[in-house]
This record gives sequence, C-alpha cells and structure tokens, in this order.
Amino acid sequence: MKQLDEIQLRLLREVAELHSVPEGAYNIRANGESAARASTANIEIVSKTDKPGIDVTIKPGTKNESVHIPVVLTESGLKETVYNDFHIGRDADVVIVAGCGIDNCGNQDAQHDGIHRFFLEPGAHVKYVEKHYGSGSGRGKRILNPVTELTMEENSSMEMEMVQIKGVDDTQRTTRAELKAGAKLVVRERLMTHESQRAVSVYAVALNGAGSSADLVSRSVARDDSYQKFDATILGNAPCQGHTECDSIIMDRGRILAVPGLEANCVDAALVHEAAIGKIAGEQLIKLMTLGLTEAEAEEQIINGFLK
Amino acid sequence: MLELQHLSFQVNDPAGEKEIVRDVNLTIPDRELVVITGPNGGGKSTLARLIAGVETPTGGSIRFNGEDITRASVTDRARAGIAYAFQQPVRFKGLRVLDLLRIAAGRKLDISAACEYLSAVGLCAKDYIDREVNASLSGGELKRIEIATVLARGAKLSIFDEPEAGIDLWSFQNLIQVFENLRRNIRDSAILIISHQERILAVADRIIVIQEGRVLRQGSRDEILPTLIGTASAVRACRQADQGGAQ
Repeated sequence: MKQLDEIQLRLLREVAELHSVPEGAYNIRANGESAARASTANIEIVSKTDKPGIDVTIKPGTKNESVHIPVVLTESGLKETVYNDFHIGRDADVVIVAGCGIDNCGNQDAQHDGIHRFFLEPGAHVKYVEKHYGSGSGRGKRILNPVTELTMEENSSMEMEMVQIKGVDDTQRTTRAELKAGAKLVVRERLMTHESQRAVSVYAVALNGAGSSADLVSRSVARDDSYQKFDATILGNAPCQGHTECDSIIMDRGRILAVPGLEANCVDAALVHEAAIGKIAGEQLIKLMTLGLTEAEAEEQIINGFLK
Repeated sequence: MLELQHLSFQVNDPAGEKEIVRDVNLTIPDRELVVITGPNGGGKSTLARLIAGVETPTGGSIRFNGEDITRASVTDRARAGIAYAFQQPVRFKGLRVLDLLRIAAGRKLDISAACEYLSAVGLCAKDYIDREVNASLSGGELKRIEIATVLARGAKLSIFDEPEAGIDLWSFQNLIQVFENLRRNIRDSAILIISHQERILAVADRIIVIQEGRVLRQGSRDEILPTLIGTASAVRACRQADQGGAQ
C-alpha cells in the first residue's frame, strides 16, 4: 500500500470509517491515483483502460462480502472525473462503501466527480453507503458531483445511504434508476449545509416492471446562507409503488427548494410525495430547555436526532 | 419551597389588555403535593408556565428555595430543580424515548434504569425505549412518556399540567398510582399538579382553587374537596373507575 499521510488517513476515517486496511475487496484512491487495491475470490477490481476508474465484478451468489472504494483528495487544484462500474451477479448480497473526503488548504478548487454505474442482475442485493466530507481552511472550494446510474433487473434490490454533513462547498448529486419487475430501491439521504454551501440532489427513477418500488427519503438541514434543492421524480410505468419524502429544517438564512415530481403512466401505479420544510419548533426547544439544556444544546440535540 | 408574590400576567390582544393571572400569592412548601383546580380558562396553565419560565410575568416575583427566579431562564430554572410536564407534549423526529429520558436524567441512564421510568407510567418498556418520540405515538402514549421524563428528572419541584388529559381510563388508574407513589417518596421535594379530576384532588395535601386569574380559596384537601364535589373544579373520570377500575 502506498504511504498515506495523516490528513489522508483522517479523511479515510471520516468517509469510510476505515482505521486500517479493510477486510474484503477494496480500492483506495488518493490524489488521482490508486493507493491500494485488493480483490478477493468473488470480487474482482480492475482498472479501466480507456479512462480513469475501475470495474468491480461481483460473482453470482457472493454473500456477506464488502467492497470499500474511498477517495481522498488533499491537493488543491486537483480536478478529476472517475468512472466506476459495478457488475453485481445474480443473487449476490454485498455491502459497498464509497465516499469522498476532500481537504483543501489551498486557494484553488478541488473537485471529484464520481460517475458510478451499477448493474444488478436478477435477485442481487446491494447496500451502498456513500459519505461526503470536506475540511481545510483554504479559499479553494471543495466540490463533489456524483452521478449514480442504476440498472436493476428482476427482483434485485438496492439500499442507498447518502451522507453529507460537513465541509463540502458545492455538490450536484444525480441519481438515475431503472427498475424491472419486483426490483426495489430504497434511498436515505442525510444532508447538512453551512455557510454559503450549495447542494443539489436530483433523482429520476423509472419504475418499469410490475411490483417494482422506490422509497426516496431525504432529511436535511440548511444553516447560515446555504442553499439546497431536492428534486425527486418517480415515473410509474407499471403497477408499482413510489414514495418520495423531503423533510427539512431551515436555520439562519438557509434556503431549500423541494420539487416533487410524480408521473403515473399506469393506472395501477401508486405514487406519493411528502415534503415538509420549516424551522425548529419553539416548543421543541422549550421542552428540552425544561430538561436543563441551554437553547444551543437543545438545538444540537434536535438536529443530531433529526439527521441520525 | 416555591413562593409566588403578587404575581401577575397580562397579554395584549386585539380586544385590549387582558389580565390572565392577577396578584397571585401562593406558597408551595416542600413535602407537599398541591393540586391547583378551578374552571377552564381561569389561568391555571398560565401559572404553571410562569413558574417553569416559559412565560415571563408582567408583575410580582417568584422565589424558589429562597432565590429570586422571576427573570431566570427556562434552563436556569430547570437546573435549579424545577421540572415541568407539558399539557400537550411535544413530538421530535429522530429523538428516541431513551434519548429524552437520558437528557431528562442529565446522565447516561442505562437501559434498565430508563425502563423503570417507563414501567412506572404503565408502558411496556422494551416496546418503547427505542421508539422515536414522533407522530407514530398516540396522544396517550406521548403523555405518559412526558410524565416519565419528569420522573427521570428527580426534581425538587415537579409540575404536571393536566396529566390526565388525553389518557385513557386504564392508564388513568395507573396515573393515580404514579402520583400516590410520588407522594409517598416526596422527602425534600414538592409536587404541583394542575387538574380538576376528583381522584387526583383526593391525593392532594392541599388544594388551591383559581378562578379568573385569582386565588379563590385554598386549604387542606379535607377542607376544600367537599366544597368542590359536583362542580367543574372536581370532575369524575368515570363512576366505574372511581369504584376501583374497569371490570
């Protein structure tokens, strides 16, 4: 393994909870190049030959294995676009932990755009965790623009957990999914923006097969002068169930735009959208203050609970 | 000991100034369970909110264990030992019952200690400890959790604003037991309950009747309760319940 510095190791802990080399398959990318990689008997990771990125192939029937693919950037001015493809074999059941940490102490922007494509064969199940984290005191921005494309065959399922709590100045997240019969997509997004950060999250999910379902839930907090947009579209093209939910707290001068988009193209498509945006209720603060917390402590408890 | 001296609270609404609490003088000594009753809209809940610091009085003073807390914040009053159970408990997305009990206790309660507080209010602890305090809980469940958080505080003065509101009959029996137990273990603390339930009034050491923002009368339970029977200030939950519970 290529030697990582202290900052890179700290970023790895933040985005992938990695304290040492992970078990199972992994690929650690640091400042634009692979720093460490391991394949296993069932999971093969190889570099792409035509562009930056990797192909991860998981054999059919692989169970209880994990893949870690964290990315860390500590070089101001570095901008990269990386193409990662995941081929998940029939009836495999795996955990994939992605995540990107940027530490930018310089004055030039640092940017990582990860283009992830997932191909789930029938019956495959993936739990996917993606954390974003930024740090560093430079004037250069920390920018992340992930694109995730899901092609889900019959009865496959994917649970996605997306977390961005701190330090990313600008992010444009795009997630597109196409689901065949019986396929199931669950997304849980947790987001907090500070200062003048901007975060846009766009989902376009097509439920094309009978019995397919999607459940997209975003919980977010916009503080200071930050801005967020949650734009979730579900197309019901077959007898299916779709649900989107945007539940947000605004503080200070934070702004949030929630854009519901439901299109039912089949009489048996059942689609629901919920959105609630508001500040912390005064009664909630008072209740916790009657339990002995200060107003600031009460606020912290409410937000921590909300984003848990 | 809590002392209210010439306490007043006025609000300005479109109809002009309205006096909700008028020159109230009261003492709640330690080792007493006091019930405040009186007709609806008489200022009882406002008085509780003034004591907890949620509202600020427009006149008079509040002293708690010898210290003037009239201008003290909600937090400072809580830290001085005042606990307050809301009439309409608040819901929190994401905070679990266990989180709320831990905040209330001011320490990292272990699960079994937290469960004891829930059992005391008649909730099967293991079903509730990890539940979020959100809209999935019924009004009655929420109310009992609210009371459990006040029990967890172990405060010098515990205020309960209409603890029976929204609670079903079976739980009401349980609630009476909660207050009887609190009364038995009162030691150097005091309990103030706002209620017009006859069964709760029957647990009181002392009863205070508030009407139109003033103290109409106060005295021992034996002195006051007989004068209230059959009025809006002492309401029966249910005859069957009063005779020992549902059959």
